[in-house]
Amino acid sequence: MSKQVVQLSRVVIRFAGDSGDGMQLTGDRFTSETAGMGNDLSTLPDFPAEIRAPAGTLPGVSAFQLHFADHDIMTPGDSPNVLVAMNPAALKANLGDVPRGADIIVNTDEFTKRNLVKVGYEANPIEDGSLDAFKVHPIALTSMTVEALKEFDISKKDAERAKNMFALGLLCWLYHRPTEGTVDFLTAKFGKNPEIMKANLRAFEAGWSYGETTEEFSIQYEISPAPMKSGTYRNMSGNLALSYGLIAAAKLSGLTLFLGSYPITPASDILHELSRHKRFGVMTFQAEDEIAGVGAAIGAAYGGALGVTTTSGPGVALKSEAIGLAVSLELPLLVVDVQRGGPSTGLPTKTEQADLLQAMFGRNGEAPVPIVAPQSPSDCFFAAIEAARIAITYRTPVFLLSDGYLANGSEPWCVPDVSSLALIEPNFATELNHEAADGTMEFWPYLRDPETLARPWAVPGTAGLEHRIGGIEKADGAGTISYDPENHDKMVRLRQAKVDAVARTIPDLVVDDPDDDARVLILGWGSTYGPIGAACRLVRAEGKSVAQIHLRHLNPFPANLETILKSYDRVILPEMNLGQLSMLLRAKYLVDIIGYNQVRGMPFKSDELAAVITDVLQSL
Amino acid sequence: MTTDAFPALSLVPKADALQSAKDFKSDQEVRWCPGCGDYAILSTVQSFLPDLGLKRENIVFVSGIGCSSRFPYYLDTFGLHSIHGRAPAIATGLATSRPDLSVWVITGDGDALSIGGNHLIHALRRNVNLKILLFNNRIYGLTKGQYSPTSERGKITKSSPQGSLDYSFNPVSLALGAEATFVARTIDSDRKHLTEVLTAAAAHEGTALVEIYQNCNIFNDNAWEPLKDADTRDDLMMRLVHGEPIRFGKEQEKGVVRKSDGHLEVVEVAKVGLDNIISHDAHAKDPGLAFALSRLSNPRTLANTPIGVFRDITRPSYDRLMRDQIAEVTEAQGAGDLQTLLYGNDTWAVS
Repeated sequence: MSKQVVQLSRVVIRFAGDSGDGMQLTGDRFTSETAGMGNDLSTLPDFPAEIRAPAGTLPGVSAFQLHFADHDIMTPGDSPNVLVAMNPAALKANLGDVPRGADIIVNTDEFTKRNLVKVGYEANPIEDGSLDAFKVHPIALTSMTVEALKEFDISKKDAERAKNMFALGLLCWLYHRPTEGTVDFLTAKFGKNPEIMKANLRAFEAGWSYGETTEEFSIQYEISPAPMKSGTYRNMSGNLALSYGLIAAAKLSGLTLFLGSYPITPASDILHELSRHKRFGVMTFQAEDEIAGVGAAIGAAYGGALGVTTTSGPGVALKSEAIGLAVSLELPLLVVDVQRGGPSTGLPTKTEQADLLQAMFGRNGEAPVPIVAPQSPSDCFFAAIEAARIAITYRTPVFLLSDGYLANGSEPWCVPDVSSLALIEPNFATELNHEAADGTMEFWPYLRDPETLARPWAVPGTAGLEHRIGGIEKADGAGTISYDPENHDKMVRLRQAKVDAVARTIPDLVVDDPDDDARVLILGWGSTYGPIGAACRLVRAEGKSVAQIHLRHLNPFPANLETILKSYDRVILPEMNLGQLSMLLRAKYLVDIIGYNQVRGMPFKSDELAAVITDVLQSL
Repeated sequence: MTTDAFPALSLVPKADALQSAKDFKSDQEVRWCPGCGDYAILSTVQSFLPDLGLKRENIVFVSGIGCSSRFPYYLDTFGLHSIHGRAPAIATGLATSRPDLSVWVITGDGDALSIGGNHLIHALRRNVNLKILLFNNRIYGLTKGQYSPTSERGKITKSSPQGSLDYSFNPVSLALGAEATFVARTIDSDRKHLTEVLTAAAAHEGTALVEIYQNCNIFNDNAWEPLKDADTRDDLMMRLVHGEPIRFGKEQEKGVVRKSDGHLEVVEVAKVGLDNIISHDAHAKDPGLAFALSRLSNPRTLANTPIGVFRDITRPSYDRLMRDQIAEVTEAQGAGDLQTLLYGNDTWAVS
């Protein structure tokens, strides 16, 4: 039977199932095949904090959304065109996001009375007409998979587990995805267990063949490759990009990368990743707690390494005192905070931007710390290098504020040529630097570089530069203990001035305003870049004008930020918090920011932000 | 002394010339209370460091918070005065990434056993190449006189006017329970013994915990006096020497035997015969004997207090294992290439 082929420009698919159904793996594989097709893409995994919540329940639903297109896109998509629901819980948990008319593929085998009751369905939604607004494809995924695998010498449970590969095969057929990558992947993954490997391959093929032969699907879709600048591409997730950025920063600076870390969601993958790269000389230290993680990183930095600690919000709270010590010691240190929902344990696997003020102010005393935030998954690579540049150049701890959405989301990345990355010069102190009153030369650990205000980084092993420093206030220059009031006032101001001086090396913001006549500016920071950019496109497509800027440096701000903010009649700032950057900008520049704030653990949708912009435009 | 005596320091560069105690005195005015036991320890350490024969710039003292933690300021080496309880964690990062350094941690009973207890036990079990000197004066000094985790129960202090309710830690027992590979105890005023113990600690590969009984003459004066007083000390204190029978008393009349139930007991040597007195074995793989010895002392009267090296066993240090692992992986896979890493295994070209 030959099927009709329809060209689409973009598709959003959401795979949803039980935590044990392998939805993240299914999504990853579909993403990989899609990347190989040359589509632009963006992904959003959404999984529960529980490793295995009770099977078939709403808390146990794990989902993976993928947006791919024949043009460049900025978000994982607002709402799915296709929902794959592996059980009633997955249907119920996700139906609210599915627009009318969308396709829903349901695994009918799981729609048993017991499973329906478990999530509160009184009647089977596939049969009671409640899904009439959608194109429902009821498919017995589990039993067809088991049937396809009956000749294999595997348990029924193992056969049932392969249903995600059946679903993947079907979706690959439906969207014309290549299959070689998945075949190679399964071959490698189950290489030690040939029977399971063959069974999964068969399930994958069976899903594909089902699509081709069934009358359930009469249309096959094609999405052409997106035009992208030339280069070599790979798919890149945020935590991986951040890990690679740290390795790159160590290489560019010639320093040993030392990670002190305690496992915490959603940052642990950085610890996992870096521990795999010992051939780069990377040292990973899984500490006894968050404090020891940052403590060891400070110790390594004192010894001349690139000291890094990775964590999430609760971990930052525990590290606060040690970060203050690094401020006082004026040592390079990277504090990577992959933000999650808070306060307290909050929502460990969900995203949020509510640690900005913690990063900015969460220490005793006046303890300024530069803050850098990546704007997309692959940008975590460059943001990590930028944070390291500031830390090393200015001898200061630097916050790198990623978030759960960036950490686990992915997008195609045009791999940079390593030789194009700027070197970072550690400039270790090797010489005595001060002439004492009696004419002899001595070493002053707090004698500052006049341009950067950075102090010398004199590491142990440097003859003649033996010195003692600590968390007690130090005399300006000499670095000896000082309780002098004037000196303390001066040192507090010097530490602030040093952080402020970073602004001199931050590039000016460039306003994106294609029509050059916008009266409304929308700005953001961190992972909201994608949804805000997509919202601007929606607004502009209607012939309206809106200008956009996005902040990578949250402390200090770029030098031209104030001028830009004051050039517009209205300034909108969406944040996944209750207005933390708004507060900083209002305080610093006295600009009447219009905040748009949501803390739902999920990224903004572009159409809701477009509506916000449109509302403000209408108010002019 | 040549540095061959310190194989654990083989990666630390050696000094070009002989050093003296003066070389290790910094220009900072020492600001402990007059009469503080810390002075004696400082003086002994300054005299002892030249014995190591190491380049001064390759020695680092890391401390936490408390009176003892001011120690690094008074030594002309690299020094880092950090935050309360965290010195072992900070020193772990330093020692792990810099095998060419001799790293010492200076801490007190509050710093090491209260706020920093977690870091202490984990440093001990990891066996990082650190020498931890725990100044135990059984009181909080810098915060002006509250009871500490080693204070005897019922102690009257500013924060325990009716007597403290806490049972105390025995730092040696704690360290042995935390898988420490080197545990010793010594006394601030016994310069010779302190030097011997420091020498043994320096020669040890991995974490060494040295508990130093130290007097705080302001808030807990004479806490260890019975162990110092010439009239009482010999009756109370047993000096552990590896391979030697464990005997003490003015006339060496007391000794330690193992009872049939396995416990240790202090007895009159004359009653049991010298053959029944057990010998000290600091190198025993099993920490049982060392632990049993650490339990003999009475925390209130200080009777039967052992000093010396309780335990000194060989186990590769954490930093060495980490270096070896990195070297093995690099040997097997070749040095990493950043560009290759960035490309990964799954790329596509857009032209």
